[in-house]
Amino acid sequence: MTQEQVAAPPRLVEQPGPGNTVRLRHPGRLIVALLCIAGISWFVWVLATNDHIIWGNVLYYLTFPKILDGVLVTIQLSILATIMGLAIGVALAMMKLSANPVAVWISNLYIWFFRGTPVLVQLIFWFNLAFLFPQLVIKIPLTNIGYMWDTNVVMTGFTAAMLGLGLNLGAYAAETVRAGIQAVDPGQAEAAASIGMTPFKRMWVVVLPQATRIIIPPIGNEFISMLKTTSLVYVVAGNDLMTNASQIYKQNGKIMELLIVASIWYMAMTVIATYFQGKLEKKFGTADRPITGKRQRFSNPFFSRDNLAVLGQRLRTEPPRSTP
Amino acid sequence: MTSTTTSLAQTGTDRHLPLVLAEQVTKSFGNHQVLSGIDFSVETGEVACIIGPSGSGKSTFLRCLNALEKPNGGRIRIDGEDVGFNYRKGKFHEWNSAEYAKLRLNVGMVFQRFNLFANMTALENVACGPARVKGESKKLALARAEELLERVGLAGHGHKYPMKLSGGQQQRVAIARSLAMDPQVMLFDEPTSALDPELVDEVLEVMKSLAVGGMTMVLVTHEIGFAREVADSLAFIDGGVVVERGNPRELIANPQHERTQQFLSKVL
Repeated sequence: MTQEQVAAPPRLVEQPGPGNTVRLRHPGRLIVALLCIAGISWFVWVLATNDHIIWGNVLYYLTFPKILDGVLVTIQLSILATIMGLAIGVALAMMKLSANPVAVWISNLYIWFFRGTPVLVQLIFWFNLAFLFPQLVIKIPLTNIGYMWDTNVVMTGFTAAMLGLGLNLGAYAAETVRAGIQAVDPGQAEAAASIGMTPFKRMWVVVLPQATRIIIPPIGNEFISMLKTTSLVYVVAGNDLMTNASQIYKQNGKIMELLIVASIWYMAMTVIATYFQGKLEKKFGTADRPITGKRQRFSNPFFSRDNLAVLGQRLRTEPPRSTP
Repeated sequence: MTSTTTSLAQTGTDRHLPLVLAEQVTKSFGNHQVLSGIDFSVETGEVACIIGPSGSGKSTFLRCLNALEKPNGGRIRIDGEDVGFNYRKGKFHEWNSAEYAKLRLNVGMVFQRFNLFANMTALENVACGPARVKGESKKLALARAEELLERVGLAGHGHKYPMKLSGGQQQRVAIARSLAMDPQVMLFDEPTSALDPELVDEVLEVMKSLAVGGMTMVLVTHEIGFAREVADSLAFIDGGVVVERGNPRELIANPQHERTQQFLSKVL
């Protein structure tokens, strides 16, 4: 008798489908979107037609040799300072996680000091190191064997900039790396120990590679931030993009044009760095993680072609985020 | 194999020592006493099972055997050598990290939560120990790893990362990883407790084949059936001491202590 019930034809139920459903309209959303576009258009128009900005000059200085030199120095400086900061960060993180209380204390002191003082102050400090130590000496104690340099010769704007930015980033990177190491399941180190790895090997072969995956996004962020922090270097004349731009506008008074030129280059560098950050994340991220859905080409969602394509569709039909 | 534990505590030099010998091992975490004097021994080739309620200290004891935990008191010897100390001229000299690493070459361990290296494929997990610790050539290590994966029934899965394997497969890779070091004794810390029920058997099968092959094993488990069928001895640990130990079939059929009876009545 139950079989008869199963075999009975399904009752016809009128249900919502593509043919008989009236989609909810969102006229308010369209109005807000139009207002925003109008506002932005007005701003662009005011800027573009401003008599005080000569756009020809912007174009001219965009590829001016001194500006291009500055771009190169900015890139060099950002890369070198980030590498230095990362190396210091890894060392400090190890110290902070070590069993030696003096190492922990020194690491904490370093992090406290370099996060507690503005990077601008640190830059000026390094540049003026000659006031403290007119000569830098490396020698074997109690002998005359060694080297001596004039501090002012060694401490160029570039060296001061690299030291200042690198040492400063080191303090921030230390916390990132420490968090990354601590985020790796302790069972991983235990398993490594159980097959006879020494503490160093456990860290190097098993823990750090996994911590790397965790710390790449924040370190990538630090690098992108560093690209623009280098502009502070202009106070110590580090020959970076901002230094060179400011030297030009101090001579010819075209402040706005050169600031726009510098901004365009900073933005271009950021876009490229963002692209490589995405690549790096993909390289380190997919192997040992389940891939959820399709990965986007750029980590910045604005650049995703799919996103732009569905924007119009969303504006019209997407239900509100909160439950109605 | 019935075992007598406490009588082996004397340390005559020419007396036969069991492969694993633990005497009066104590361990506490803060104020919480986990082990209150455990005596335990395992002969070469023996499969020794340990059961007990959760929190009884059985896992902690197992972790003491390869020094993942340092006991607060007592003495553990494996193959006649003290664990954690070098005994010279009446003094116990504490080990450095290299000496701990050397011990663990001999003592394999399989964890409840597998703990496969997430940054390596299954094959690399197995080859890692021989290549990176023992210094074997990479080619040889990988070739042996292939063999071991085949032995645990995972031929063709070597290229997969742990995340892509089921729990049972992961645990079998973990067993192969431990086997790759050619340990004298293998410790199993509840190896099937984190598995879905339908995956338990495939892991137990691998362990059974190891036991048949003569591997010395110390196994903390809740699989009473496995203990009865495969183990040479069964110990019931509760409150940080070995309450009762003996032949598995006899102990399960006819437990002597009230606490053992209570525990078995709940799990059987």
